[in-house]
Amino acid sequence: MSSTTTSTITAKAAQGFEPRIMAFVCNWCTYTGADLAGTSRLHMAHNVRIVRLPCTGRIDPLFIIKAFERGADGVIVSGCHPADCHYSVGNYHARRRFAIGRGLLKFFGIDERRLTFSWVSASEGKKWADVVNETTARIQGLGAFDAFRNLTEDWK
Amino acid sequence: MKALQELAAKLLTEKTVQIVIGYEEGPRGVRPAFITRAEDADRLVFDSRCVQNLASYLSPRRNHLVPLGKKAIVVKGCDSRAVAGLIRETQVRREDVVLIGVRCGGVVRDPAADTTLTPDTVAARCAECDIREPKLVDHLIGDLPPAPPVNRKRDELIAALDAMSAEERWAFWQAELARCVRCHACREVCPMCFCERCIADKSQPQWIESSAHRQGNLSWQFSRVLHQAGRCADCSECERVCPAKIPLSLLMRKTSLIVRELFNYRVTDDPSVPAPIGAYRLDDKQEFIL
Repeated sequence: MSSTTTSTITAKAAQGFEPRIMAFVCNWCTYTGADLAGTSRLHMAHNVRIVRLPCTGRIDPLFIIKAFERGADGVIVSGCHPADCHYSVGNYHARRRFAIGRGLLKFFGIDERRLTFSWVSASEGKKWADVVNETTARIQGLGAFDAFRNLTEDWK
Repeated sequence: MKALQELAAKLLTEKTVQIVIGYEEGPRGVRPAFITRAEDADRLVFDSRCVQNLASYLSPRRNHLVPLGKKAIVVKGCDSRAVAGLIRETQVRREDVVLIGVRCGGVVRDPAADTTLTPDTVAARCAECDIREPKLVDHLIGDLPPAPPVNRKRDELIAALDAMSAEERWAFWQAELARCVRCHACREVCPMCFCERCIADKSQPQWIESSAHRQGNLSWQFSRVLHQAGRCADCSECERVCPAKIPLSLLMRKTSLIVRELFNYRVTDDPSVPAPIGAYRLDDKQEFIL
């Protein structure tokens, strides 16, 4: 993973576009990892809103669709590394679902670069900060994702 | 066809089943037939116009058929994959249904069309068919007809879409989905759509917008197709019944190609083979995960 420096992010943000990024994370690893990133006072882009779920196995690909529907510019999905799942196998099931869901979103014409999937353990605060910064920088490069949100425009 | 009629009459006379579901000549091509009396068995037909997947009538959601008693249904090879799916997912017990398999020489797209099979009229799914003689059957009827002509236009279109940019694919699907009126015929006809309560009907919270705007239409088709991943028997009934003529089987086919590539899995007519969703391997591909 290439780590994006804080200065690049600040430079991009100065251009005016602050993406809205939804993160769906599991309670046991990534949420705790994100908490560690916070308590370690790691500097992170502030564009990510976290939704905490019991397990990546709880994350329906429909969550991703709903996030885009409601105006998210990017989505992060993150949970325990394989073999680390609190419920033993939830992330294995999730991995299959995301692999298919990602391919299907791509086929519908949604840029797969708007999606980040990662495994972040409770001790990887630094990795979470990198995931957040890298995703934010990538989405800033791609620009806002209005296409999905605006699909209701001609209906009004 | 005579053998089919005689078998249906025999099953009804001997009270092995109370109803035989097959195909009959209708006012507009062949249509599903529900034969409950042995003397009506001569209405049954089978030819290349018998497109419909009758496995839909086994789905527990079609419970209005339950009072009619034990069923026998006519299945082509592709239909038997849907029957296997229903057995695999414990919606039907194998012993509760009599399967009359027919050897199939391919079907046309439209049950009201001519029986002639040409590369222009043959159904897309016949191109890759390896199951013209169904195996999951109690009775097998007819001689194996010659293989149908091959039409690979569907896969070519998928390849063309894959080669497009994300914006072009988005524009393509938006143009198609804009016509959706959310009649849910794609769901109603599908043998594998058997949830008692569909996510699309859920209003609190409402996951899928129920209005027929393109946003709701996209979310609906995304969910429907994703729920069929590794389950779709590729009967293309969703596409056939779509009043808006949305090329839904492109989505179903693409999903099955994704599943095939990721998990080396093809939907089979063997109910004992587990579906890819609900199973996992420790070494599943994960290059896309950081």
